[in-house]
Amino acid sequence: MNRDSNREQLSTVIYGILCIVLILLVLQLWLLSATMNAYLGGDESIVWPAAWASVACFLLNAGLLWQVFRLES
Amino acid sequence: MTMDKKISLPVITPDGRPPEAQPKWRHDFPIDVPEADYVARRDFTKFMVLTSFAFVIGQFWIGLKRAFRRESAGTSAQRIASVAAVPVGGAVSFSFPKPNDACLLMRTGTDDFVAYSAKCTHLSCAVLPDVKNNALRCPCHNGLFDLATGRPLAGPPSRPLPRIRIEVRKGEIFATAVEERMT
Repeated sequence: MNRDSNREQLSTVIYGILCIVLILLVLQLWLLSATMNAYLGGDESIVWPAAWASVACFLLNAGLLWQVFRLES
Repeated sequence: MTMDKKISLPVITPDGRPPEAQPKWRHDFPIDVPEADYVARRDFTKFMVLTSFAFVIGQFWIGLKRAFRRESAGTSAQRIASVAAVPVGGAVSFSFPKPNDACLLMRTGTDDFVAYSAKCTHLSCAVLPDVKNNALRCPCHNGLFDLATGRPLAGPPSRPLPRIRIEVRKGEIFATAVEERMT
């Protein structure tokens, strides 16, 4: 029974992590499309700040994935 | 080989009933459902993080494109046509700054010229001049641009056509620069 409740808790945590990863992913998708639109419109000032923001999102995602594997072990 | 070999079923079953109440086929193919769900979500998270990395690559690809565009931005003035060769209400196509960059020069008045990139800002179809109606039309998806400003008036395009700066020197028309615009 204890094993089951631990599994349920783990499932909840994984669900939470998955939700955050998805939100960050949608943010990255928006960043990419907005940057491309701005770039094609001649506004190049946003290109590198958006790239670094995307890197930050990726690092957060990678950290969350690491948490998933840490929970497993 | 005996067929009645005892297979231990995991405690948690899909319908929540005890293992004894499960059908026989489920004893033959025992699956720990929470464990399977957990692995599926973990793998899905891995895939999402991989997609996240692909977005980062996309961002840096735009950055590199910008760097290369800046390197090749030094364009010199290019002769398009003589003033006499373009009648009022007429249009001339030309390439600027590169041979594959199609553009349109239009004469809207005796001394008035406008020039734009001929690539629609929606999906890069070639736009057609309609000087009489003060418009540029994209036949692919019925995009409509204002002739005086190059801004989109109707259809799917959201960005204006890049404007080509022109100069008239001693009866000759020259393209000098490309002006990309957001609005």
